[in-house]
Amino acid sequence: MSESKSKLSLPVVGEVDRRTAIKAGVATLGLAAWAAAIKPWFEWTAELSTEEFLQKHYRELTPAQLQQVLQRLTEEAREATGKNVTVKDHKPIPGVQFAYALNLSICIGCRKCAEACHIENNHDRPSNQSYIRVFEMEKGGINFEKGNAHYHHAVPAKDKYYMPVQCQQCENPPCVTACPIEATWQESDGIVVVDYNWCIGCRYCEAACPYHARRFNWEKPQVPPEEINPNQSYLSNRLRPQGVMEKCTFCLHRTREGKLPACLEACPTGARVFGNVLDPDSEIRWVLENKRVFVLKEELGTKPRFYYFFDK
Amino acid sequence: MNAQREAVSYLRFLRQALHVATEGGWLFYTWMFVLTAIALVGANAWAVQVRDGMIRTNMTDHVSWGLYIANFTFCVGLAAGGVMMVIPAYLYDDHEMHDVVIIGEILAVAAIVMSTLSVIVDLGRPDRFWHLIPGIGKFNWPISMLTWDIIVLNGYLLINLHVVGYLLYTRFCGRKPNPKWYVPFVYLSVFWAISIHTVTAFLYCGLGGRPFWNTALLAPRFLASAFVSGPAFILLVMRVVRVGTELPMHPGPSRLLVQIIRVAAVVNLLMLFSELFTLFYAGGAHLASAQYLFFGLHGHYGLVPWIWAAVFMNLLGTILFFTPAALERSPTRIIACVLCVVGIWIEKGMGLIIPGFIPSTLHEIVEYTPSLTEWKVTAGIWAFGLLLLTAMLRVAVAVFTKEMALQSDREPSTRASP
Repeated sequence: MSESKSKLSLPVVGEVDRRTAIKAGVATLGLAAWAAAIKPWFEWTAELSTEEFLQKHYRELTPAQLQQVLQRLTEEAREATGKNVTVKDHKPIPGVQFAYALNLSICIGCRKCAEACHIENNHDRPSNQSYIRVFEMEKGGINFEKGNAHYHHAVPAKDKYYMPVQCQQCENPPCVTACPIEATWQESDGIVVVDYNWCIGCRYCEAACPYHARRFNWEKPQVPPEEINPNQSYLSNRLRPQGVMEKCTFCLHRTREGKLPACLEACPTGARVFGNVLDPDSEIRWVLENKRVFVLKEELGTKPRFYYFFDK
Repeated sequence: MNAQREAVSYLRFLRQALHVATEGGWLFYTWMFVLTAIALVGANAWAVQVRDGMIRTNMTDHVSWGLYIANFTFCVGLAAGGVMMVIPAYLYDDHEMHDVVIIGEILAVAAIVMSTLSVIVDLGRPDRFWHLIPGIGKFNWPISMLTWDIIVLNGYLLINLHVVGYLLYTRFCGRKPNPKWYVPFVYLSVFWAISIHTVTAFLYCGLGGRPFWNTALLAPRFLASAFVSGPAFILLVMRVVRVGTELPMHPGPSRLLVQIIRVAAVVNLLMLFSELFTLFYAGGAHLASAQYLFFGLHGHYGLVPWIWAAVFMNLLGTILFFTPAALERSPTRIIACVLCVVGIWIEKGMGLIIPGFIPSTLHEIVEYTPSLTEWKVTAGIWAFGLLLLTAMLRVAVAVFTKEMALQSDREPSTRASP
């Protein structure tokens, strides 16, 4: 901010005062230029509330504070969408450990699961976001290098099999280790969640994840009001703010109420099995005990809770 | 009161420093004006990016770090390399080096500021920056490597600000600096410099899911390349100071820096070769990123021109540094410095950060080239860093040439400087 114009002469004042005056003038101009340059920043912060800015970490909120936050988010969502949205908080159920298994022998690659996820979790419409990517794989190995997530033909194709990949809800999650501010953590039922109001958007977790399971909100997610799923939860499918991370939560707003994940309900072939592994009579337990299951990238030591198996 | 007198003279130091930093010839003013203009363009681009979202960048969920983190990595190296003047000066008690060591430390300060800015502009939610402040926020230390990096970078900034400030201030007062107040910090800064680049390498090599980064050689490679780019940048700064100011620059320290570069450049190339041998001879999953980087993969060649440009520049720069002319004040030395600085900027940035994401962890290939916003913001950060560097050097030169001193009340001259 110390630009030129030193040759301008102001005859009345002396050399030192003249230079000082010019410097002060240029400094003022410089500050004005800075203010003009970062004006978009203020256009953006004008939309943010002080309550949101000062909000504490989810796990440090008292029950009363949490209720206030949920109420604020509910009101904001209703105002923005004109729909009767409710943002609830679903706590993990004691004595429950979730696990997921997927039968690769009967998955036909129809991507109904990805679509159901897209709708259930209020994903950004223009980018067609989803927590699930389905890969068309070549028979003869489990080699993603030969996989293709962009197939546009009738399924199932000859000599192919299909591999849906979503968050593996690792028991040893590298994304949680990476986060510098504990904005993502593992809950007692095994689900790894993100506090969208605490995340600073550094995307270190996205670099750390070996399964490409995390998504970033590169802009404010756009969902037409009529397509909004009004049953929302703080840690899962509520509308995400711009500039934060998000990920699959095993549909905790459903599963912690005893329902099944949206991707499972949408599957036309019954390839997906979900449940509480601590329940000895559960279907997931039966699968884990009787099928030869495997996990992705076992060698990394992440211990996924998402299992794959072939039937025959 | 002694303390009171000290406070008064310190305020005069600050006032005179501000005065001197904004005084110069037309070349100085033009330079500062241009830098300010570029910094303003960068600030604007960043503010727009914050408002509209990171969609303004060309990053994606596949390549989730780009030019910003690439530039961050390089700037950390530059800061660490600045300390290569300190080691010979203090550990080997080279007195000629003592006078110019301050240049390295000033460079370190500017480079740390640049690297910090590079991370801030990469945040999706810079308004939540306070979540990172220990005590108020939730600092995931010692688990997250990123928190380690925040600690070492800020620590390094403080150490160097202290040493630079203390040495300049005592000289300004016409006193001999008390070794008790700076020598321990100088030694600390040597170890600290190594830590900043090591921890920054650990950010990447600690990720098991990214085979391209997951190599134990990464931290040593970072250090070796930093000990090329840092001294090379210092050589360029010293040239500007010698030509643009009245401060005499002895040839001894420059020669020593060239010697350091010679060793570090060879070690750097050797380690790069070792890395490439392991990747290409053994093959397998680890190879995919390197294959993409050097030769392209499945019809995608986005980084090939970048990396070969870097290889060419680093090789040619290294060869030029080994010519006898590099030991003299020659154009050869300048060209060699520029080649190595640019070559390492590419190698540590586009050649290291980006291929870590290509192919993705599920082997999808999504390419990346920085957007205009990213270029503007990065140029803005560099302009701001150079602005800071110039202002600090201007003050340092003024103190060393006694243009600025506590005793003399003469009006500082308006002679040009860098």
